[in-house]
Amino acid sequence: MDGMREHEQHEHIDGRHDHNDPAGDAKLHESSMDLAAVRARLQSKTGKQYWRTLEELAGDPQFAELLHREFPRQAPSEWDDSVDRRDFLKLMAASLAFAGLSGCGRTPEQYVVPYVKQPEGMVLGKPQFYATAMPFGADAIGLLVESHEGRPTKIEGNPDHPSSLGATNVFAQASILNLYDPDRAQTVTKFGEIQTWSLFVESAQAIAAEMKAANGAGFRILTGIVTSPTLAAQIQSLLTLFPQAKWHQWEPAVGDGTREGAKLAFGSYLNTVYRPEKADVILSLDSDFLGSGPGHIRYAREFSRRRKLDGPSDTMNRLYVVEPTPSVTGATADHRLPLRASEVELFARALAAKLGLGGATALPADTEKWLDAVARDLQKHKGASLVVAGEQQPAEVHALTHAVNDSLGNVGTSLYYTEPVEAHPVNHLESLRQLCADIDAGKVGTLLILGVNPVYTAPHDFDFASKIKFDPSTKQKKVKNTICVSSHFDETAEVCDWHVGESHYLETWGDARAFDGTVTVIQPLIAPLYHTHSARAVLGAFTEKPGATDYDVLRERLKAAYPSADFEKFWRKTLNDGVISNSASAPINVTLKFNPASLPAAKTSSLDEIEFLFRPDPCVYDGRFANNGWLQELPKPITKLTWDNAALISPKTAENLKLAHNVAWGGGEHGKVYSNVIDVALANSKVTAAAWIVPGQADGVVVLPLGYGRKRAGYTGTNKGFNAYAVRSSSALWAATASSTMIKKTGEDYPLACTQYHFNMEGRQILATGTLEEYRKNPGFAHEPGGNPPKELSLYTEYSYPGYAWGMAIDLNSCNGCNACVVACQSENNIAVVGKDQVMRGREMHWIRIDRYYEKSVKSVTNDPSSYDASLDNPPTFFQPVPCQQCENAPCEQVCPVGATVHSAEGLNDMVYNRCVGTRYCSNNCPYKVRRFNFLRFQDWETPQLKLLRNPEVTVRSRGVMEKCTYCVQRINTARIEAEKDNRKIRDGEIVTACEAACPTQAIVFGNANDPNSRVAKLKAQQRNYTLLGELNARPRTTYLAAVRNPNPELLTAWRSPAKESA
Amino acid sequence: MSAGQPPFDSPEIRRLTPVLGPGHTYASVTDKISAIVLTRPTSLGWFIGFAIAFGLTGLMTVAIGWLFIKGTGIWGINIPIGWGFAIVNFVWWIGIGHAGTLISAILFLLNQKWRTSINRFAEAMTLFAVACAGIFPLIHTGRPWMAFYMFPYPSTMGIWPQFRSPLIWDVFAVSTYGTVSLMFWFVGLIPDLATLRDRAIQKPTKIIYGMLAMGWRGSARHWQRYQSAYLLLAGLATPLVLSVHSVISFDFSVSIVPGWHTTIFPPYFVAGAIYSGFAMVITIAIPLRKAYGLEDYITMRHLDNMAKVMLATGLIVAYGYFFEFFLSLYSGNKFDVFLVQQRLHGPYAPFYYSLILCNILTPQLLWFYKIRHNVVVLFIMSIVVNIGMWLERFVIVVISLTRDFVPSAWGRYSPTFWDWATYIGTIGMFVTLIFLFVRVLPAISIAEMRELVAETSEKKE
Repeated sequence: MDGMREHEQHEHIDGRHDHNDPAGDAKLHESSMDLAAVRARLQSKTGKQYWRTLEELAGDPQFAELLHREFPRQAPSEWDDSVDRRDFLKLMAASLAFAGLSGCGRTPEQYVVPYVKQPEGMVLGKPQFYATAMPFGADAIGLLVESHEGRPTKIEGNPDHPSSLGATNVFAQASILNLYDPDRAQTVTKFGEIQTWSLFVESAQAIAAEMKAANGAGFRILTGIVTSPTLAAQIQSLLTLFPQAKWHQWEPAVGDGTREGAKLAFGSYLNTVYRPEKADVILSLDSDFLGSGPGHIRYAREFSRRRKLDGPSDTMNRLYVVEPTPSVTGATADHRLPLRASEVELFARALAAKLGLGGATALPADTEKWLDAVARDLQKHKGASLVVAGEQQPAEVHALTHAVNDSLGNVGTSLYYTEPVEAHPVNHLESLRQLCADIDAGKVGTLLILGVNPVYTAPHDFDFASKIKFDPSTKQKKVKNTICVSSHFDETAEVCDWHVGESHYLETWGDARAFDGTVTVIQPLIAPLYHTHSARAVLGAFTEKPGATDYDVLRERLKAAYPSADFEKFWRKTLNDGVISNSASAPINVTLKFNPASLPAAKTSSLDEIEFLFRPDPCVYDGRFANNGWLQELPKPITKLTWDNAALISPKTAENLKLAHNVAWGGGEHGKVYSNVIDVALANSKVTAAAWIVPGQADGVVVLPLGYGRKRAGYTGTNKGFNAYAVRSSSALWAATASSTMIKKTGEDYPLACTQYHFNMEGRQILATGTLEEYRKNPGFAHEPGGNPPKELSLYTEYSYPGYAWGMAIDLNSCNGCNACVVACQSENNIAVVGKDQVMRGREMHWIRIDRYYEKSVKSVTNDPSSYDASLDNPPTFFQPVPCQQCENAPCEQVCPVGATVHSAEGLNDMVYNRCVGTRYCSNNCPYKVRRFNFLRFQDWETPQLKLLRNPEVTVRSRGVMEKCTYCVQRINTARIEAEKDNRKIRDGEIVTACEAACPTQAIVFGNANDPNSRVAKLKAQQRNYTLLGELNARPRTTYLAAVRNPNPELLTAWRSPAKESA
Repeated sequence: MSAGQPPFDSPEIRRLTPVLGPGHTYASVTDKISAIVLTRPTSLGWFIGFAIAFGLTGLMTVAIGWLFIKGTGIWGINIPIGWGFAIVNFVWWIGIGHAGTLISAILFLLNQKWRTSINRFAEAMTLFAVACAGIFPLIHTGRPWMAFYMFPYPSTMGIWPQFRSPLIWDVFAVSTYGTVSLMFWFVGLIPDLATLRDRAIQKPTKIIYGMLAMGWRGSARHWQRYQSAYLLLAGLATPLVLSVHSVISFDFSVSIVPGWHTTIFPPYFVAGAIYSGFAMVITIAIPLRKAYGLEDYITMRHLDNMAKVMLATGLIVAYGYFFEFFLSLYSGNKFDVFLVQQRLHGPYAPFYYSLILCNILTPQLLWFYKIRHNVVVLFIMSIVVNIGMWLERFVIVVISLTRDFVPSAWGRYSPTFWDWATYIGTIGMFVTLIFLFVRVLPAISIAEMRELVAETSEKKE
């Protein structure tokens, strides 16, 4: 740090030197001025003339030179002109000397170890992969990050990591954009003024000295969930140093129900690890365990493994979901029952009662029938069943779930318990409440906020901003010192004294525990882009060793925690693997100390009342990703909305409230839909939101997604959507019940950017679905008569593919619509973000989209969820990823006038951007509408950070050209080069497309269709395999495997809507 | 035919409505027509009309300039509707551009004397319409500065256009048609240019017309060469009238989009083109004869005949609509059946019904003699048909694209300000060119009118 300061001073001195060169002045005085020339010039001029000095008037070339040199930006003006060798050497010597001085602080000597291949020196143009991890809530996702010449460009999952298994989710994929976000906080500030890190350390030391004297009283730390052992150790050491200091935690989008439920059931905080793979029957009680929460990537993988069908004799697991609002888990379910959130608890109680655990609850008759069937199914699969409770459900539901799992004998088979993964599990709401109370009581002198944004996320009745803000009326602050560490200068940073820009996880050393306790070392891929610091370093500034680097602290801790004979070897292996082997928490034996009958009577809400639910947004989560353009533009899995959140309402409730949608003419179903604006008044607060009608949502439920309406998120995220936190109170953190009069139509309409409004397949065989029974009876049910016309029908001669014939198979039975592939593709292929206005015009650029359809029988008259129909109450939902189908008989190729889209020898439809003139004829003729056109210059060519982000192997497209999925042709060619070097064929699985790599359920398989032993050829040989719009004879290389559901015969009518039954 | 109305066509009608007003001599014809260009003072009306039209041309220039700066994203097009106003307008203008050559070439070959007084400005109209049309394929591309890729030039990379694409056929069809139309028009102008040269008073006018007249002296040899050249060009232009719009219809029928992929398109497009072309000739002829007092030259007979051609081609178009409809349903192809439903009940149904009203129902009034001979009604009707034909292209190009195969990708289209600005701008350019044309060139062929005088007087004798 001293080095850096010195550097700054040097620059300063250097600058002064340049400006006040006494020698230069002397020289100027030496040269005599030609007064005669001045007089001559004056006489020769007419009219008003101004001159700065007589020298200028004289046209003195020396003056001209002085003018030029007077305002140079230090030395660089020397470079403008040709520099002779002597000057060049002088300058080089000077800059090298300064570089040496400035260099010591900036480039720490720390070693990172590549994951797969040990480079014998960098090969330019060849990416390297490093293992690291992204901490996220009570989980860390193990990653392999692709690095091109030292800049990370793409994130992949780490196959050796338990929570990734090689796959990722949208947040991990998009987190690389956060690294290069130009709006990130770039330095240390105090009251908004830029400060140096050393000044911060000085004042931190001063605070520490003060605290030391007071034994730490008044020192408070506020964090989110911490799973990093090193960070936790750092906090602990501070707490030891300041015995009266306190550590508070606030994670806005993770409920306390999970923790408190375990405490209720077992008497202590515990971590539950599920093994969906071991379960034949799964019941989710409002849990989106396939789409969010710790371990969801792994759970999705395990769950889908039990649904992979090789043939009609295979078996499948069965998933029941009870939930108030559709989630990707609900959409994947074999049976889904929409219930209000409060009814989920009643359902759980009734289930416990049904299983003989005591207690009794009356349910409505149809729910009761459903429950009976589920209970019987669960009981039939004792030890091979699983009940999962949702993160947002209260402690009672979690406790009941533990009891049910216990009685079903699932503990030890389909789930196990471990010690908490969180370093310091507490009730977050109480923790934050305590902090607020202490601030009000004047007990807090220094508040250190690490990586959370409580001003934005705290329950609005806490009014957190007023707790730390300078109060102009009393002219004082309740907290003397407030220090905020966050990646952006956000709402909290604005009202804090100090703000330290937080380094991205790809910029710092660190560690984190995964959902099962496995410890991962977070390895940086790049030195901090800006003057940012890790939360640990900020904490370190208050200790006696403020200068300790993250690297040293981490290694010290690991050395102590994992003693080994050869630490360096252990270290290198850990970095290489991305995980510390055998560090997963061991299963522990627990005894249930909970009797469902002992629960107090459940609170019931009247059906006339509206239940307002607060849920993290599937794209921006709790708001932390609000400034991430990829996530903002990502269509949300169920609603397909982008750039906004909306108050989600069921069709029936919408009808009662007279809310409707109105498809706009511009963009229409593929872009712009007007929705009614409503005022929601809750807990003495009000928010204005756009209402969005969601088929399948429980009646009487309004979901207010969190994470939008940010006031200080950055260019991308500020003022998008509405802020649901504004009506979220501490008494109703997840569900608030209020009269329906609390919703008022304002009479205004708000345009929402929805990429797929039309949910009906119009009776076409777009997304083939069937039941397991149907599949067994007729394995080829997905094939329509006349579906595949004879090849000879084409006018043009067949291509032959003697070598490779690339193909893709997408198993719709596995896809749960999680969107990871969409963001992975965007990241891999430098796909532009176009913004809400362009999305509303139907011009989003995603090369792969996920279509969401409701079962065929859903009414097709208006295709408008805002005109109520009973089939919209709980429509079976399916997802279909649609990338370019790479047709062999491609309609696009035939109509391109300039041959810009051409067939490759291996069957790809190659796009030649250089040749494209942009007639858009190919897109018109594409039956799948997967082509994307650069209507304007969508790419950002100016922002330097974004240049670092781009994949150098993929062209950055300009305006006026068409683009589309290439099957990641750059990856194909990389594999080809490797194979040709070894003089062999490309092996199956050697090429993994970006979408395939990201997919948690392995729904996407790519390979050589010419090789009958390849995975893709085997999938294509299955009878479930069908071609989208096969009757057009385009003969796509991408084919689909029909989705098969495994309904309980007892409940068959519930799954199939009545219309279909009668038909 | 109702009683009291003259029969549809008879010597009686021909007598009542001659192709040339009575009492004209060589000199009177020449005086009258050349005076418009040479001696009559330019009226205030001309200046006002020209100013408005030129203003609109300016709007077009701005719209295209902005387009080149920003990209095609300033228009309403999107995915799935990759073609919007630009292509609608292109097909519409090309359709309008059919009447001129049809009148000049085919009616010339068929020896229809009544074509004489309207062929000149009909041909001019054709050229201007083709010019307007030609703008669109260029500017609608994403990278217009690369549009030359569509021409088969000897590229050093050895790359040729992709000849399977109908857009390449378009390039050839339209450029050939434009070239032949220009030649045909210019050759027809030569004797008149010589007349103007001879009658011009001012020196510069004399020189300009003299250069354009290419040394025409009216010798028998000139006339002999001239007439064989004209005949040859007429023969050359005739198949083009049929081919251009057939080829343009291939842009649609060769694709697989439901609503585009129809074998009936070539004849149906040609009929539609002639239909709209004649409508536009009427739209121009009626104000022109009024403004310059040319009622003797463009007589009711002309208007009546053009109305009849409109009626006939309108019926062919109606037949096309019917069979497009019928075949969609008869094929049983679910996408085609759906398309029919969409046209009748979809979000754009009002456009389809307006189209039926404009193109099929309204023109049925032309069965009536009184309607055909009511200049005001005829003028309005020609405008209605022009609107109808524009709607037809909108229905085909845009609405077919809104809902094709995969429902998830369905969308909608609405034009932006710049779409309208470009469209109205080309109308402005068209009118500007028409204004300039009537001001500097004889709007009616003097030479052919003199011939007509000779013929009519011969008959009388």
